[in-house]
Amino acid sequence: MTLMAEMNQKALDLGVPLSVHLDLTYRCNERCVHCYLDHDDHGEMTTEEIFGVLNQLADAGVFFLSLSGGEVLLRRDFFLIVEHARKLLFNVKVKTNATMIHEKEASRLRQLGVEQIQISVYSHRAEVHDAITKLPGSLDRTLRAIRFLKSQGLKVSISNVLMTGNFADQQGVIELAKELGVAYTLDPTITPKMDGDTSILSLRIASSELKQIFRNEELVGDMAEFCAPPPPPGEDVMNGFPCSAGHTSCYISPYGDVFPCVQFPLPSGNVRRQKFLEIWRHSPQLEEVRSIRARDLTTCSTCSHVGTCTRCPGLAYMEGSMRGPSTADCEKSFQRTGILSANMLRKARAGSAGPLIQIQGPANPMPIPAALQEANPLSA
Amino acid sequence: MAEKYIARSTAIAARMLGGEMMIMSAADSTFFTLNEVATVIWQAADGRTPLSEIVTGKVCQEFEVEPERAQCGTERFVDELSQHGILLVSDQPFDSSPSLETP
Ligand code: SF4
Ligand code: SF4
Repeated sequence: MTLMAEMNQKALDLGVPLSVHLDLTYRCNERCVHCYLDHDDHGEMTTEEIFGVLNQLADAGVFFLSLSGGEVLLRRDFFLIVEHARKLLFNVKVKTNATMIHEKEASRLRQLGVEQIQISVYSHRAEVHDAITKLPGSLDRTLRAIRFLKSQGLKVSISNVLMTGNFADQQGVIELAKELGVAYTLDPTITPKMDGDTSILSLRIASSELKQIFRNEELVGDMAEFCAPPPPPGEDVMNGFPCSAGHTSCYISPYGDVFPCVQFPLPSGNVRRQKFLEIWRHSPQLEEVRSIRARDLTTCSTCSHVGTCTRCPGLAYMEGSMRGPSTADCEKSFQRTGILSANMLRKARAGSAGPLIQIQGPANPMPIPAALQEANPLSA
Repeated sequence: MAEKYIARSTAIAARMLGGEMMIMSAADSTFFTLNEVATVIWQAADGRTPLSEIVTGKVCQEFEVEPERAQCGTERFVDELSQHGILLVSDQPFDSSPSLETP
């Protein structure tokens, strides 16, 4: 076990929230076509309120702090917040589109000892990237900022959300990342908008494209191993829990709302009304999330993929039940291994046999289930 | 032996977890955990207290260790952490690190 894994286990045993993702604003200077946020300001926490939350997070034992948005640099107090966070010795990661980062900002981030800057880049071609962000000139600005940040010796990673409009450019982004000397992640996740609008799900990549990603050894490593049929789940798997959400990590919105994860919109409390630790330890919602083991899952507990599936309880929750399957992850498990999930079989038995029939046709291996959303970034 | 002064760098992330201090260096992302004794030395590293005083006043007293063994262990610990820029070492009292304040 690595030292970090040991600490994770320790945090889990002690009930310590090791990581928190804090969105500072939902406002943004870009208007990405796949974005799930409402960009109006509905009463963001003030600087003082955020300082207070950070103090509480430090006392609660939080080590990893992700500051994100919206575009974090739209907050005039952004550097004051980072400064406060670093005085409290958090390991700070900043997620940004970087269009507002120039030499001065890059140097300040370096001076403050920010651990990593994660930047969204959707294509190596301006016409594709800018069409997604709807901000003319944004790719140029973002790439210029990456160079400023790199010249300061900061760790930068490019995050590329894959969708219909940029799927063809994924290799271009990988080459660009190599040329810039930065890490990259691919993320095929498109989630419904916060108001429940699912129209942006039409931007998701096709199943055949997902399969293509899973057959790319540059992304997944040893393909035979990655695509191997899942081993039968043992007791440890059935007694395990799905992910860190609510166990060692959580999400806080710009309005102080606490959720198990940014992708798990189960309202669990608000730091404007309650102490963070009170929410973390005693919120009935977080307690419920923590109580769920693989053996308690409807459908998934009988699925051959249960031990290897990337099942996201947040996506399952958005589909109707945090104990249910997430069709996006069913799709991933299927495209990875070629083995149908328990959920697919259940749907087929229940009469919605459309997918099964089409799987057998060579031209169209698998239509996208209606509520398909992709979860869990593929990191490379 | 010449006196040493040690101070915590501010270019790190650190947090207590169940009695152990977790530390990550911003420079090279090396991750450390300090045991109880090392945590006490770390917390006492204010750039002003001589290292010998930290050893006798903190390590020996709180953990009932022989001064010689404590001194030797502390020196090794300080060497290792200073190599990763996590502890700053000087032969004179000093202020730990540049301020994080907005210029
Ligand atoms: S699996 Fe889903 S809920 Fe869990 S941490 Fe990942 S995104 Fe969040
Ligand atoms: S493949 Fe689907 S049914 Fe099977 S464990 Fe994953 S989410 Fe559940």
